[in-house]
Amino acid sequence: MLATRIIPCLDVDEGKVVKGIKFKNIKEAGDPVELAREYNSQGADELVFLDIGASYKSREILSNVVEAVSKEVFIPLTVGGGIRSIDDMRKVLLAGADKVAICTSAIQNPELIFDGAKAFGSQCIVLSIDAKKDGNSWFAFTHGGRKNSGLDAIEWAKEGEKLGAGEILLNSIDMDGTKSGYDIELTNKVSEAVSIPVIASGGAGTLQQVLDAIKFGKADAVLLASLLHFGEYTITDIKYFLQENGVIVRW
Amino acid sequence: MIGLIDYGAGNLLSVKKALEYLNVNCKVVRSPDDINEIDRIILPGVGAFESAVKNLHNRGLFNFIRDWIHKGNSYLGICLGMQLLMEYSEESTLDIKGFYLIDGNVIKFKCNKVPQIGWNQLKFCKESPLFEDIKDNSFFYFVHSYYINPVDVAYTIGITDYNVPFTAAIQKGNVYGVQFHPEKSSINGLKLIKNWVDLC
Repeated sequence: MLATRIIPCLDVDEGKVVKGIKFKNIKEAGDPVELAREYNSQGADELVFLDIGASYKSREILSNVVEAVSKEVFIPLTVGGGIRSIDDMRKVLLAGADKVAICTSAIQNPELIFDGAKAFGSQCIVLSIDAKKDGNSWFAFTHGGRKNSGLDAIEWAKEGEKLGAGEILLNSIDMDGTKSGYDIELTNKVSEAVSIPVIASGGAGTLQQVLDAIKFGKADAVLLASLLHFGEYTITDIKYFLQENGVIVRW
Repeated sequence: MIGLIDYGAGNLLSVKKALEYLNVNCKVVRSPDDINEIDRIILPGVGAFESAVKNLHNRGLFNFIRDWIHKGNSYLGICLGMQLLMEYSEESTLDIKGFYLIDGNVIKFKCNKVPQIGWNQLKFCKESPLFEDIKDNSFFYFVHSYYINPVDVAYTIGITDYNVPFTAAIQKGNVYGVQFHPEKSSINGLKLIKNWVDLC
């Protein structure tokens, strides 16, 4: 049976892994290549690298990081942050990424999803949605969670699937870095709305919350950052707990 | 020398990196001019059946590879490279033919989330040198919407279950095919590639 994936997320700024709360109050969490190596040895199922530095230089540094990681870590690697064109995609894929995650650029130019899927295959295109709740709806935000696009997050996920996205990376801005749990309701709604895999992200603070995102949120994979970076749990701890609770994990 | 077939799509680089990690030499083959010194072929693949067949024809490589495997030369097909061993695929029209080494076709998953993306278990159903030092039911990384449906399971060496059991590894003589991506399947994947490399 297919295992539920545990995916560490490395937010990288100018070559350093950082982590914030609700996309703010960023603090440093280590060297990306070392962390990638460590998480791989703990049994990470994939790795996601997000360039959160705004500069061209920051993206170049991240490409070098991915290139170094891809020479010694043989699991799928996803790169996101500041990817605006097919050419940008090609560059990170050539550096060693297997998938690219697009967020703001996909909202500004939805054709990018279609063109990317056509050029590199759907399996390559991860639609990243930064969602924030307002009333009874969630809206997709752009620019690192700063701007409301006005798009309904669930509708946008469906649209992204239609355009050719292979996976949805669903980040809850409300829960990001709070360690108060994933947005289960949002995750469940998106997971029910699309037939491509959904990766839940934002808010994991306890093992039970990770389990809940899978059990009740129906997530196909969970993204983890703070919980791992600051050494509270290892991936092995998480997998043991999930397995004891009936989730299929990879060893 | 191992020839790594480049047909314009595919995940050539990650296979190349895995071979480099294992200290195995290979040569990228883009046209018939590149086939000197090649005695083994890896056809990696991500992409569509039809475009792969067409690109191989356009590069003058299709007939060469078809004859190569029909003669029983050493071959490893990954993902689409495995699917091309069949006659045709539901993904394209009947006039688009694969290498047709094995009777059967390529069909699409009908339920569940499609594509299957992630780590799934490979159950061995025959002994194969490909599986040396790998435990039965080990996890490998899959990304695919289609799978092969051979008429005769005589060549099926490993199966995987994604609501439906399907052939995930196949061997006919020196020709091997795997549906998963060994180059992205961590230690087990590297072992499998090494096992294939070590075959003579």
